[in-house]
Amino acid sequence: MIASVPHLSSRPQSLWQRIHLDPVLLSGLVILAGIGLLVLYSAADGNMVMVYKQGIRLGIAFGIMGLIAQIHPRTFYRWAPYFYAGGIILLIAVLVLGDIGKGAQRWLDLGIIRFQPSEFVKIFTPMLVARFLSQNPLPPQMKTIALAGGWILLPTLLIAKQPDLGTALLVASAGFAVLFFAGIPWRLLGILAAAGLAAMPALWFLLHDYQRDRLLMFLNPEQDPLGRGYHTIQAKIAIGSGGLWGKGWLEGTQSHLAFLPEPHTDFIFAVWAEEFGLLGCIAMLILYLAIIARGFFMALQAQDSFSRLFGAGLSLTFFVYVFVNIGMVIGILPVVGVPLPLVSYGGTSMVTVMAGFGIMMSLYTHRRLVPS
Amino acid sequence: MPPFRLKDAVHENRLIVNRITAASAFVILLTAGLIARLVFLQVFGHEYYTMLAHDNRVKISPLPPTRGLIYDRNGLLVAENVSVYTLEIVPEQVEDLEDTLQRLQAFLTIDEDEISRFNKLMKRNKRFESIPLKLRLTDGEVARFAVKRPFFHGVDIHARLVRHYPYGALVSHVVGYVGSINERELKRLNVAEYRGTTHVGKVGVEHSYEAILHGHTGYAEIETNARGRELRVLKETPPQPGADLHLTLDIELQKIAYQGLGEHNGAVVAIEPSSGDVLVLASKPGFDPNDFVYGISGKEYRALQTSPDRPLFDRTLRGRYPPGSTIKPFIGLAGLEYGVRDSHTETYCPGFYQLPGVSHRYRDWKRWGHGHVDLAMAIVQSCDVYFYDLAHDLGIDRIHDFLHQFGFGQRTGIDISGEKSGLLPSRAWKRRARKQPWYPGETLITGIGQGFLQVTPLQLARSVAILANRGTLISPHVAAYTVSGGKSVPWGKAETQEKIKLSPRNLQTIIDAMIAVVHSPRGTARRIGQGIEFKIAGKTGTAQVFTVKQEEEYRAEKLAKKLHDHALFIAFAPADDPKIAVAVIAEHAGHGGSVAAPIARRIIEKYLEQP
Repeated sequence: MIASVPHLSSRPQSLWQRIHLDPVLLSGLVILAGIGLLVLYSAADGNMVMVYKQGIRLGIAFGIMGLIAQIHPRTFYRWAPYFYAGGIILLIAVLVLGDIGKGAQRWLDLGIIRFQPSEFVKIFTPMLVARFLSQNPLPPQMKTIALAGGWILLPTLLIAKQPDLGTALLVASAGFAVLFFAGIPWRLLGILAAAGLAAMPALWFLLHDYQRDRLLMFLNPEQDPLGRGYHTIQAKIAIGSGGLWGKGWLEGTQSHLAFLPEPHTDFIFAVWAEEFGLLGCIAMLILYLAIIARGFFMALQAQDSFSRLFGAGLSLTFFVYVFVNIGMVIGILPVVGVPLPLVSYGGTSMVTVMAGFGIMMSLYTHRRLVPS
Repeated sequence: MPPFRLKDAVHENRLIVNRITAASAFVILLTAGLIARLVFLQVFGHEYYTMLAHDNRVKISPLPPTRGLIYDRNGLLVAENVSVYTLEIVPEQVEDLEDTLQRLQAFLTIDEDEISRFNKLMKRNKRFESIPLKLRLTDGEVARFAVKRPFFHGVDIHARLVRHYPYGALVSHVVGYVGSINERELKRLNVAEYRGTTHVGKVGVEHSYEAILHGHTGYAEIETNARGRELRVLKETPPQPGADLHLTLDIELQKIAYQGLGEHNGAVVAIEPSSGDVLVLASKPGFDPNDFVYGISGKEYRALQTSPDRPLFDRTLRGRYPPGSTIKPFIGLAGLEYGVRDSHTETYCPGFYQLPGVSHRYRDWKRWGHGHVDLAMAIVQSCDVYFYDLAHDLGIDRIHDFLHQFGFGQRTGIDISGEKSGLLPSRAWKRRARKQPWYPGETLITGIGQGFLQVTPLQLARSVAILANRGTLISPHVAAYTVSGGKSVPWGKAETQEKIKLSPRNLQTIIDAMIAVVHSPRGTARRIGQGIEFKIAGKTGTAQVFTVKQEEEYRAEKLAKKLHDHALFIAFAPADDPKIAVAVIAEHAGHGGSVAAPIARRIIEKYLEQP
């Protein structure tokens, strides 16, 4: 056992381990953040104020990551139910008295800070599910799966009601990722997938008009090129015109000429694709994959099931972020408000993502030197 | 079916490893999907999307050309482009348009017409385009706004090029004016050439020479953002300004004609016989063409339209007048040419003429008659009876055929549109148009330029010029040459030099008689023959507007002014080497010798004194 995990030897802890950071993951994140600032500078048309702001946000987010990495996994495990309950209460509070922004209630204004409780829930839900599942032997039994499903569904529905389809999807997939790693039967997965497909027409009637619009536009954006399908078409033009090599940094025309709506937020990948081409896109995807792979590796190295499930779940959720955002920008998924992690302009989701990485580092570095 | 399971670390570990492997495969699969899509867009779709991207950001924007200037024959500017100050608003930048308008009205007069035009333009243009609200600001208005400018975001003063006609009414009909392009014109005009142009020639030379005055529209390829806002010019094809047009018109002569008519309405046309250059084309009253450039108000327009003086009506080209006695030289020449008379044949004039077997008396203007007159004397004294008799002997068909050669009853083909052909009656015409036979009495009155016969002042002037030319035909025209890019190009039709076959002796008889009209003591225009070194050949005319009853006498003082006779005069000079031919018609001015002839003399004198 010890021989199969050679680095768990009794040799002294490295510096990195003592400050509870993972140099590999950290360098991946720093490179990504650097690329993000580069693209942002171009997407914001050389507006240095936006770049500074984003830089400061990144600094804060990395700081938060570092702080969270210091927290012992035990604490997460213990506090998971309270965090979760607090998150649910805040979600309900948002629904009752939240700010109305973009026709959707997401923000809670506490005078000094405005924040989106749904962001916390993105972490608290997989945390609770991981704790819940790790209390029982794996793979979980049907009853456990059903209960875990309930824990996932509750915040998902509350967020979907705001309505914030993108975040609801991310919360659900974070919880579901944990369930997947816990080993729910493949057969059940198949049945769930089939049921989901069958439920789609019914879901249609539950959607808001603008959500239906987005779906319709996804299916046929050319139907209304200057109206609702505009984002999708313009993004495709930007990406397609980038070609293999791209137009070069700051040379993109579509984003700079404001054909691309909000090029610095959700659609920033189109700017990257236009200016750096297919090769740049593949390079960025490889960087994301490397971060995810490191996340999986770190989860594997964790020493208890809670840590492994939680860590792997966060890694997979990170991929969902990337996939949904890029899929949306390149027109294979409907437009939902999911930012490209660490690259899109904006603070809230970045802090959440970095908090997740902080947790992953905590889970990885807080290891007993002798296996249990 | 174990009711209780122990946690099996090794088993759980293997399970998680398996699931992470599966998840990795899943992640790689989906990433491959993303890459496949990117390859599709960026490799296979690259050309297509590059094209779309290009279309996206490049807007073709027209650059309207500067309209060519119009000069008279001496280089005086008769149509220019002046920059005027306009008050313009960019709707996008104005927060409360209603409020802004109200605040502007506090110190600027902005009337209903201006607001409704502004609203119309606002609907047609994009919200970030500057739209004129008030045109032609005075210096005072500019100053008043300049002070308050900081309080009017989105409102500004712009300089625009606007057509201006410095001589106003003087040349209003010939030069014409430009006005906003209307729906009908939009269908007729070359859309590409007029993209960006707001005004088009409506009447006169501005209309007939639109093609050369307008120039060619240039284009700028302008990079825009998705909202159409212009960012940067990528490529520019500059517009070609319209050619400058130099007219044959002489503003000084035109002034003399216009002012000479005094209180009378009327028309004056002067032509250079050798070239067909139109020197004067004056129609009085005129109107101020500048009012039309930026849209005349409905009220003002109606006033012009309903005015009994008909200022909008171009009398020179469209006015149809009985030529009266000015036709006599032509009828006389017809008599000689057809051999119906010779220069010595005398006719006795008792003051009236009667057709055989008819009691109706055709009166002479001189009640007691001219006694025995030959052709020359008949022209000098304008004896009606001689010409009744001659016309009777010629017959209407020969009169028609002969006058036709001089261009009566036909358009002259002048390079301004809207010309009327007048009316040269004939048996065939009356049968066709009136479905009536020709009566002999109608031939008689045609012989003295009354009845159905109608001429335009331009026609009359041309026929005089042909007479002066001893039969050589001319095409009257107002365009002399164009100047484009420093290059001067003569304009106009090549002269055909067609000539009416006339006996020089007969011609000289008529011309001598016309000289005598001015220079002999008994001539009807003797008053203008005093104190000039050269000889003028002329003929007075008095055209009846009102038919006096058989037993009554024409008494001007008893008739309303609108029923007074028109005064006419035709002339060319110098008689032996004509340089200028003139036709003058002064409406309701009485006798041709007293009102019309002096105008002609002043024009002739002025023209001939020029080096």
